[in-house]
This record gives sequence, structure tokens and C-alpha cells, in this order.
Amino acid sequence: MFKSSRFPIYYKGHPRMFVKDKPIFWWALKWVHARFIIRELTSVPVAFYAIILILQIRALSLGPEAYANFTNWLKTPLSLSLHVISFLFVIYHSVTWFNLAPKAIVIRIGKNRIPGLVITGLNYVAWAIFSVAIAWLFLNLDNLM
Amino acid sequence: MVSKITLEVFRYRPDQETQPSFDSYEVPCEKDWVILDALNYIKDQIDGTLSYRWSCRMGVCGSCGMMVNGEPVLTCATFLNKFLPGPVKIEPLEHFPVVRDLIIEMSDFIGKLQKVKPWIVRKEEKSLEDGEYIQTPEQLGDYKQYSMCINCMLCYSACPVYGLEPEFVGPAVIALAQRYNLDSRDQGKGEREEILSQDDGIWQCTFVGECSEVCPENVDPAGAIQRYKVAATNNWWKSLLMPWGKSE
Amino acid sequence: MKKSSEPFWWALFGAGGVISALFIPVILFIQGLAIPLGWIESPNYQHLYQLFGSPVTRLFLLALISLSLLHWAHRFRFTLYDGLQVKHLNVLIAIFCYGGAILGSLAAGYYLWLI
Repeated sequence: MFKSSRFPIYYKGHPRMFVKDKPIFWWALKWVHARFIIRELTSVPVAFYAIILILQIRALSLGPEAYANFTNWLKTPLSLSLHVISFLFVIYHSVTWFNLAPKAIVIRIGKNRIPGLVITGLNYVAWAIFSVAIAWLFLNLDNLM
Repeated sequence: MVSKITLEVFRYRPDQETQPSFDSYEVPCEKDWVILDALNYIKDQIDGTLSYRWSCRMGVCGSCGMMVNGEPVLTCATFLNKFLPGPVKIEPLEHFPVVRDLIIEMSDFIGKLQKVKPWIVRKEEKSLEDGEYIQTPEQLGDYKQYSMCINCMLCYSACPVYGLEPEFVGPAVIALAQRYNLDSRDQGKGEREEILSQDDGIWQCTFVGECSEVCPENVDPAGAIQRYKVAATNNWWKSLLMPWGKSE
Repeated sequence: MKKSSEPFWWALFGAGGVISALFIPVILFIQGLAIPLGWIESPNYQHLYQLFGSPVTRLFLLALISLSLLHWAHRFRFTLYDGLQVKHLNVLIAIFCYGGAILGSLAAGYYLWLI
């Protein structure tokens, strides 16, 4: 009757208790759980882009020809679709990460606890500033160097 | 004319059957009825063999938690007419062994709760002449939210990690440990850390966040756990970099 | 008391979560979409080489890449535990995730050294 190995201690004295096993795909049965798994899986595109950066640095170090091969690959439909999907996922990663930050972080000024919304807001401000700065750097790199 | 609604109630009678089943009961859907009123109606009027726990009817005792249409709720605080036209599925709290019908076995929770010493631990007690332990409103505010827990265990039913990993200490126990850790009068942090900082303590939590969503008292166990992770991580690095220092 | 190693990995996971959330969207968008699609012009090779070769950029990229990989390692490890209930493969999964992240970090360090 009990397939489950949960709570073996109970079965000694009470062999008749009913225990339901968690289905393997439990996260597909409820939207909030599916959303959780999607949030966790944003780590895969994060790693994907880290690997792309490694490949880019490798191509840069090998010389102009290797780098041209790399940028040509970036223009292929495969690369573009991978980047589009990854972009959506990393945006979701950033949004969920900043929104949940105040749960873990408690900042006080004097006696007062800073409201969570302020912490989240500061995260978004930092995100915007860094994004604009990096975009500006790329747009003006040829003039700067 | 009062409309009717059907309740599909989880039944498990271990003396008669080896597998649970569902019984359907049609009950009046009174405007001011909560799910618990409907269950009481069934027990009084239709089927006296139905077993379930309840006590205060007002969201204080924490004994009437059940799964209603797959969500863990206090049945005394969930209106029936919200589910019109029905049917409404009533099941025992998920992730716990079922003793009979809607009654679950909670020794696992109680045992874990005792382990984290949910009381004020003092290294030395002040004598009576020295007066009371003074606490400012700000110090009270640090832990007050966590002290609202009524041990209803809805968060355990909402937590998939507990469902997968029975050894996990779980949301309410960690929140209650934090309730005392953050109390200015308490000195038991170190003793609780031995339980909480193990792999089966806070580190099992993957921050699904559902425990805080279902909590009827807005305790926010998910927040308590993440804060504890930060504190435990700081301690870990501190003891690595300064092994001679005293951990908090 | 058995000392858990989780705080170590969790700290790296958290740091990786922050740095990847702040920087990957914009870098990915510019280098992976805007430039290949011709929305903005690519900086020329020599200038990019100079940029990536400066000590500050090198340090930043090493931190971004290794912490992002370690962020993935920790999160993905738990996703596999939760999502597929493969507890019996615990050790194997941990070696694959953390080992992969460390190898990737070493590779990043090596190529950044070459630039």
C-alpha cells in the first residue's frame, strides 16, 4: 500500500496511514510552480551567455580572422534565435532577482528599516545606469580609442 | 431560495479500505458560510462518519487547514460561495501522512519545531530584583511578524521542497526559530544554528515563495529563510577568515 | 556539528545572480542581437581588442563569466533535484555543475591572459 519511503518512522506503529507520492512533473501541474521552474531555468541562458563570452574572448585573442569567423557565426539564424530566447530569459532573471532582493536584504538607516520597494527600486536604478553606460561605451568605442 | 453546491470530499477509512476515495455531498450554499460550515453540515446532517479537525472557527487555532481545490487554506476563513457553481474538492493537507479522511499526522512538524527551541533561551537568568527585560518597540518590531505563526502547517503543504525532501526543516519552523533569534532578550542563536545551518535546514530551500503566499497570518517564512541564509553565509565566511573570532 | 559547505556555494550563487542580472541583458542585447542584426555598427577589431585587453575589463569579464557560471551551477543543481527527483545522483550532479563552472572559469582566465 505504501510505495513511498516518506516518514518511515510512522509506519512502525501505524502501518495504515496513507501517503501520497509527489509526481515527478509536479511543477507542470500548477502555474505558480511552472513559473518557479522557469525562474530557476533562467540560469541556463545565463551560463550560455557566459560561454559565448569565453568564445568571444578566445576569438579576439586568436586574431582578426578568427574574430571575423566568430562575428559571422553570430549572424546565423541559429545564433540569433538562441540569443533572442536567452535575452527574454535573462530579462526575466533580472526582474525576478531584483523583485525578490528585499526578501533577503534588510537595510536600516538609524532605527528605521528601509522599505522593500526602495531596495527593489535602487536595484532597477543601478540596472538602468549600468545598461546605459555599457551601451554608450559600445556606441562610442571607435571614437574613444 | 438558497442555491446548492457539491463538495467532493476525500475519504480514507483504513479499517475498511486500502485506498482513499471521494464522496460527493450536496450542501446548501449559504451566503455567510465558510467551507468549515459546510463540513459541519455534512457531519451533522448527512454523514456522521466524516472526520476532520477544527476548533476556534476564527483563524486563531490553526487546526482546520485543508486543501480546497488544490490550495492549502484555513477552511474557517474561506467562503463557500466563492466556489459557485462548484463542485469543490476538499482534501487533507498535502505532504503529510493521512490518518483518516481529512486528518493528517503532524508529529514530523512538532518534532522539528521542538528541535529549534522555540522559546527564549538565556545563558543566565536575571534575578527578580533586577527587574524585567526591557525591549523597545523597534526591537519588538524585528520579530513581531514571525511571532504571528499559528502552526497551521499550510506552508508545509504549499512547499514543494518539503514534499520532495521530508528531512527539510520547513518554512514555519525556520520562521519561528527566527522569531526567537531576532528577539533582543534571546541568547540561543548558536544552539538553533546547529539545526538550521545543516544541509537539511535552510539550505534545502530553493525560494519557491509559496509558503508566504498561503500564510493566513502574513508571517512570510520565505523572507525569514532568505534572511537567515544571508546571516549564516556571513557567519560562515567570518569563521573562515577569522577563525579566532566569535560567531554571533 | 557537521559544517555545511552550502554557504560557500550560496554566496557565489548570490554574487553571480547580482552581476549577471545587472550586466548580461545589455551586453547580450548589444553583442548578440543589435550588432549582428545591423542595428548598430560593430566597433572595429583593434578597438575591441584594446578594450577587452585593458586590466579593468579583464578583471570585470573574469568576474562576470566565472560568477555567472557558478550562479548557474548552484541553481541548476537544485533545479535537477527538485524538478526530476534525481537525489540518488547527488554527487554526480554536483561534480558536473560545479566542476563545469570551475572549468569554464579557468578557460575564461586562460583566454583573458592571452589577450
